[in-house]
Amino acid sequence: MSIDLKTIKHISKLSRISVDEKRAEKLVGDLNSIFDFIEKLNELKTDNVEPLTSVAETTLKLRSDKVKSKNIREQIVKNSPQNNEDYFVVPKVIE
Amino acid sequence: MSDITKQSLTELVENIKNKKLSSVDITKAFIERSEKSKELNAYITEDFTSALEKAKKFDQKPNLDLKLPGIPMAVKDLFCTKDVKTTAGSKILNNFVPTYESTVTENIWREGAILLGKLNCDEFAMGSSNETSFFGDVQNPIDKDLVPGGSSGGSASAVAGQLTPITIGTDTGGSIRQPASFTGTVGLKPTYGSCSRYGIVAFASSLDQAGPMAQNVKDCALLQEVISTYDSKDSTSIEFERKQYSKELTKNIKGKKIGIPKEYRVDGMPKEIEDLWQKGIQYVKECGAEIIDISLPHTSYALPTYYIVAPAEASSNLARYDGVKYGFRAKGENLIDMYEKTRSEGFGVEVQRRIMIGTYVLSSGYYDAYYLKAQKVRKLIKNDFDDVYKKVDAILTPSTPSSAFKIGEKTNDPVSMYLNDIFTVPVNLAGLPGISIPAGHDSKGYPLGLQIIGKAFDEQNILNIAYAMEEKINFKNKITDWWIK
Repeated sequence: MSIDLKTIKHISKLSRISVDEKRAEKLVGDLNSIFDFIEKLNELKTDNVEPLTSVAETTLKLRSDKVKSKNIREQIVKNSPQNNEDYFVVPKVIE
Repeated sequence: MSDITKQSLTELVENIKNKKLSSVDITKAFIERSEKSKELNAYITEDFTSALEKAKKFDQKPNLDLKLPGIPMAVKDLFCTKDVKTTAGSKILNNFVPTYESTVTENIWREGAILLGKLNCDEFAMGSSNETSFFGDVQNPIDKDLVPGGSSGGSASAVAGQLTPITIGTDTGGSIRQPASFTGTVGLKPTYGSCSRYGIVAFASSLDQAGPMAQNVKDCALLQEVISTYDSKDSTSIEFERKQYSKELTKNIKGKKIGIPKEYRVDGMPKEIEDLWQKGIQYVKECGAEIIDISLPHTSYALPTYYIVAPAEASSNLARYDGVKYGFRAKGENLIDMYEKTRSEGFGVEVQRRIMIGTYVLSSGYYDAYYLKAQKVRKLIKNDFDDVYKKVDAILTPSTPSSAFKIGEKTNDPVSMYLNDIFTVPVNLAGLPGISIPAGHDSKGYPLGLQIIGKAFDEQNILNIAYAMEEKINFKNKITDWWIK
């Protein structure tokens, strides 16, 4: 299996990271060498193995549905790159 | 003053308690040495003025019942610290000032410690040499232009170079143990669920753990007992009986059964590492432990598994960096263009590479072939450990397949960089505790480490084995202060 330029452009779009031609070509090489290394897993038969999703063998705890943080609007928007106090501001999305 | 920075954490705590030293004395000494050590590039953010104020405040009304009374400490810049910039070594968080504190650092300050500053690390903890940090390479105090390991490279450099008495790092695939090994320091990766992940910048949530990095095993045990707490704010935090690790520390390991896994004897491993391992085996035997040959048959599949699981989790964790709510934002013609440019300009090369690997293995048509396959192999790797732990109490291996390498030596070949973590990664995949202790030097005089892997929640046992071995090894780090003019 090999990853081509078209695939790189597809995953670049999926991951919302723009890459120029030069970077994309470099990534073809990098990802192929990494996936060559990963392919080793195909040596193993795993049809009857349960996938391990978490090493912590506990079921997730439930908690009561109570509000713990109050009036923290200021804290929430404090780090936004562009704010007008009450909202997160993004580039115009409606024409 | 220089004597102060040479003292271990345990000694400093004692000297504060018997009033031979004040918090200001100690804090000043570490600040002065840090100021003279800028060439190491261990700090991303210094918080010295505020540290000194806190030290003065502590001395006015010292609470000597605390475990870390007035002790200054710098921490890896992956822990959110309230009102102190937290970057995760990335341009994308270059201006991020948390409005909350991570549970692990909260625990540390509650016991009386004082924040000195935030330490350099690989970007989002993705790296094995600290060369992926947006804030530049970190120098290893052992030798000029030598990497300190990674991702907790700044932490390792700061402890080895005596810029902080002790520190904390995080370990997703070896990021505490490998840099500890490269710098002649002690690093513990606790059991998954032992230390809260709340407020730690997320990389791979099923693998990430915080842990102490120290000059010796006793210091390491003391900090572990401070940072390990159950926390309802982390849904994977586990309730179990946490010990007073430093108080219960003992060198008596008579009758302990220690496994030696044959699969860790990898092709091309330098003879020096093999010799060191044999020496380690000899030491534990002399301490009265029993050596048992074991097999962990799926060891060679651990790295390929890791390089699916970790990037997959990273690609979803890092989806939050979109230039909207916090962090860096690039200008874009529209919303999508802004997202794409922000992430392209804000993330470094290695982080982008891993996001793309992760996106690919989770994408439609490839999920079963890669991600599900990796989760199944992860189960086999965990089963290997479960099986051997019916026969042994702990496992002894080398920490890394080589000593520290030169800056720039491996940056062009991601796979050769990944191979650094070959002995540490299986431990994260199985969620087990592991400790690296300095055990010798190679022919160049660079430190080499041995790793002790324990059963889940059995930190006390591996700390005890490390403590017993430490005395036998009697390791002396060769630090010449070459960076101090």
